[in-house]
Parts: sequence; C-alpha cells; structure tokens
Amino acid sequence: MKLTLLYFASLRERLECPMERVEMSVPTGDVAGIVSQLRSRGGIWNEAFAPGRAWRISVNQRMATLESSVVEGDEIAFFPPVTGG
Amino acid sequence: MSRARVQAEAFDAGLEIARLTGGRRDVGAVATFIGYVRDLNEGSGVSRMTLEHYPGMTERALEDICDEAFGRWDLLDLRVVHRVGALEPGEAIVLVAVSSAHRGEAFAACEFVMDYLKTRAPFWKKEETPEGARWVESRASDDDAAARWETKKTP
Repeated sequence: MKLTLLYFASLRERLECPMERVEMSVPTGDVAGIVSQLRSRGGIWNEAFAPGRAWRISVNQRMATLESSVVEGDEIAFFPPVTGG
Repeated sequence: MSRARVQAEAFDAGLEIARLTGGRRDVGAVATFIGYVRDLNEGSGVSRMTLEHYPGMTERALEDICDEAFGRWDLLDLRVVHRVGALEPGEAIVLVAVSSAHRGEAFAACEFVMDYLKTRAPFWKKEETPEGARWVESRASDDDAAARWETKKTP
C-alpha cells in the first residue's frame, strides 16, 4: 500500500529523514507491520525502532499504537514523547 | 476565531484576554497560564531553545484538548497559543486563557489544558547548552500530572 511516513525531532535527526512516500506491503494491516518493514532496512533503522525504545505513533494525525490499523493513503508519523508547553 | 493557534511570533497576553472578555458581560473569571523559556534546565545553562512541531496534528490535538475541557467544565471561552521556532530565555512559549462565570471552572480547566498539552500535543524542544544542543527528555511528572485528570472528571 502507498503510505506517507513522517519522522520528528530526535528520530528525524537520527534517521536523517523527515518524510518519505513509500509503497509497502503490510500483510498485518497495522502499524506493527510497518515498523517491522522499517526495521528490516537494518542499521540505524533497526536500532531506532527496537522494542523498548520510547517513541510514539500517530495515524492520520491522531495518536495511535502498534495495533492501530492502516490503509492505503494513510499518513503515519513516528516521534519521541512530546515535550511542549 | 480558532481557539488554538501555533505561531512563530510572540503573543500579547493582554490582547488574548481582551478577546475573551470584549463585549461580554457574563464573564466572571479569566484564568491564564503562561510558560516561559528558562535559562537553566537539568543543571545546564540554556542559551536558546528551538521548538519543533507536527503541523496539522498539533492544531488538531490542541482543538481536541479544548473540546475535552468544554465537555468537563462550564466554560465561556478558551484560547491556546503555542509558539514554535527559535526562542530565547525569558521569552513566552505558551499561553492558555480560560473564561467562565466562576473562578473554580477557569482555574481547573486552565491547569487541565496545560497538563494535557504537555503529554498529547506534538511539540518537541531542543535546547542549546554549553555542552551542545540536546533534545529535552519527557518527564514522568508530566505523565503523572495528566493522569490525575483521568479519574478526576469534574472539580
């Protein structure tokens, strides 16, 4: 499926990537499936999304979880815990 | 006018309050909170701070928080202004202003909006210190502050 992936703050810097449009096969149809694809890129991608790391997810600009479902055209963002205010 | 704004420019708290009270005779209380950039954090001097955000989601998250506040308390109006970009110590980062008939609602909703903003609105702070630039870490105390409202539905 075609997806837009966004990365913010320390994650964006680490991955050296603010945004990408990808065509990805996600058999599970959830965010976890995307994360496993990203980890399979290896290197820094595998490390950044390793379990236990503190990062957050949104799907179409709403807070989401690894179990959240995704469909064609969705905008998924990955970022560290927020620190505004 | 939209209740929540994200902007690079400084805001005028007096003007924002005037917008809540102008032409009305039913406002009995306005509670405000303003957050500022400090020159010290985690033991290091901070010379400058940069605020990153997620355009689109930020505005949506802030509006959701405003809706939630309106659902919990009897409010008349509410404003949230959050700055992004480069800020120096002493500069204001965020303003929350709440108007209501009585002070109890205004005080509680103002604190609630700040607590939720701290844990739910996609902003990230990066500070410049003598040891180099660093991303500010989230605090467990902010999660605790937000969690208080999960059980406490009304004041």
